Amino acid sequence: MTIFNKVLIAATGVVCAFSVACGSGSSPAKANTIVQTGQNVAPIVVNSGPAASLSGSQAFSYVNGAFASVTVCVPGTSTCQTIDGVLVDTGSSGLRILSSALTTISLPQQNTAGGNPVAECLTFLSSYTWGPVQTADVQIAGEKASAVPIQVLSDTAFPVPAACQSTASQSADTLASLGANGILGVGPFAQDCGNSPGCVTTGSAGLYYQCVSGNCTAMGEPLAQQVVNPVVLFPTDNNGVIIELPAVASAATVSGSLVFGIGTQSNNGLGSATVYGMDNQTFSFTTSYNGTSYPGSFIDSGSNGYFFLDSSATGLPDCTNATGFYCPTSPKNFSATNEGVNGTSGTVTFAIANAETLFATTNDSAFSQLGGPSVVSTSTSPPPPASSLDFDWGLPFFYGRNVYVSIEGTTAPGGTTPYWAY
Amino acid sequence: MVEWRKVSIPLKRLAVGGVLALAMAALPASASLGGDAASIQADQIHMQGTRTMRAAESYTVHEIQGENGTTVREYISADGKVFAVGWNGPWFPDLKQILGTYFDQYSRARQAQPTTRIRRGPVLVNEPGLVVQIGGHVRAFAGRAYDPGLLPAGVGAESIQ
Repeated sequence: MTIFNKVLIAATGVVCAFSVACGSGSSPAKANTIVQTGQNVAPIVVNSGPAASLSGSQAFSYVNGAFASVTVCVPGTSTCQTIDGVLVDTGSSGLRILSSALTTISLPQQNTAGGNPVAECLTFLSSYTWGPVQTADVQIAGEKASAVPIQVLSDTAFPVPAACQSTASQSADTLASLGANGILGVGPFAQDCGNSPGCVTTGSAGLYYQCVSGNCTAMGEPLAQQVVNPVVLFPTDNNGVIIELPAVASAATVSGSLVFGIGTQSNNGLGSATVYGMDNQTFSFTTSYNGTSYPGSFIDSGSNGYFFLDSSATGLPDCTNATGFYCPTSPKNFSATNEGVNGTSGTVTFAIANAETLFATTNDSAFSQLGGPSVVSTSTSPPPPASSLDFDWGLPFFYGRNVYVSIEGTTAPGGTTPYWAY
Repeated sequence: MVEWRKVSIPLKRLAVGGVLALAMAALPASASLGGDAASIQADQIHMQGTRTMRAAESYTVHEIQGENGTTVREYISADGKVFAVGWNGPWFPDLKQILGTYFDQYSRARQAQPTTRIRRGPVLVNEPGLVVQIGGHVRAFAGRAYDPGLLPAGVGAESIQ
């Protein structure tokens, strides 16, 4: 066990030690108020998702997924289609829609300067998405972004390059594999790739490709052509989002709001939320638990549980059937501290219940006490190595909190972007 | 936390011609995890990366900086076998390349994981002879894989990062 006696220097110049409350975050806060109306407010719902209506063995009920409706239009026209069941993901950036969900419109293909179609391979934790980059006007609630590069997910429009398949081994390009009609990435980065190595200047396996005669090869993709967080292309309310979901124990359906902009309207102010600055390279902050710091930690609505440590460190047994989740005999309480790079810190308390017991109520899709390990438990633990694990604050963290995600390169109240606030 | 015994070995630059010959010899049997030192060189070529080495008591770590910003560390035991790989960076490495002959087992294990209540979080594979764990999110991933049966005596999984 190592206790990091680091001293953080806040942007204001105030020196704060970890033992001193620099920010005043605490949890759980008093009941959160959920904005219902406004041109910048889109309803979201946590339910079993669109894959629940698939037939036979392909059907499955999503767990802790927040879904929104997104309207995509042929640029500059009123030829549009509204796609529902799109997963709201603060852990990625960019709009991705299943090609199978685009039933009534066709969007224009993005081409390179040389006229070759552009496709993308984006690797998520558990799978990759593959398919052409196309252009759409994107409308959500009363917000509209024009000529947005999006990814259309398809394993057949262009053949999946071997290097893409080698990243994750599984694609998520169908309703049965993704569990959603698309992904609305409203995370803290402006583009999905950005200026990271392998993105702009040189191509890298597993990112952007140009396809010639059905053969796709890696290439650099200029920033302006990359799949982009659609929020940054809104004319206003473009510096971030707020996810607002009520407190819940377990439920079949939970309704909330996706609010665009931070401090840009009367309905999206920071209020009393504490700002936690994130590292602008790794888009993470530090979570401390039981005297150990985990600097790669993050808040992610696209993760569907609290994922942290392993059974030996938590005392929570792994499930036998619900593989990858914890199964304690009775719910167990935890307390951890989040620390922003701006010197703020705040305690989070949460509880983990038995996943198999939760899942036994088959109608339910929202579970505030669902969690699992982030590493494989080994007989030689504890503790696991700090660098290879982190706290993944998934959707259960959002119940009962308004969680703000500000976007890199924008100006937002409360501090330097990117940050989380809650 | 296990601290390195820092027997530092400087950046090793390989003659281009020699590297290509080695790569061509090694690539057909492309095996990183479970492979030998030649397989590490094959990985270096594949990643178009630069490589440094560090030595611990009973093994050596070859660290390859890939051009896509992701760093791969390959752990090679005193008897010349890669018993573990670890990596971190904005993007995934080519898992097929660095898992070598273990990639098929990894893929089968992933496909066998239940999907009736889908789990969206870190990847955990715990198979006889193969442990894989991958965490993080887009633009900041970390992962490691090892064969428990190949760990040198006295080396625990916590050493692999």
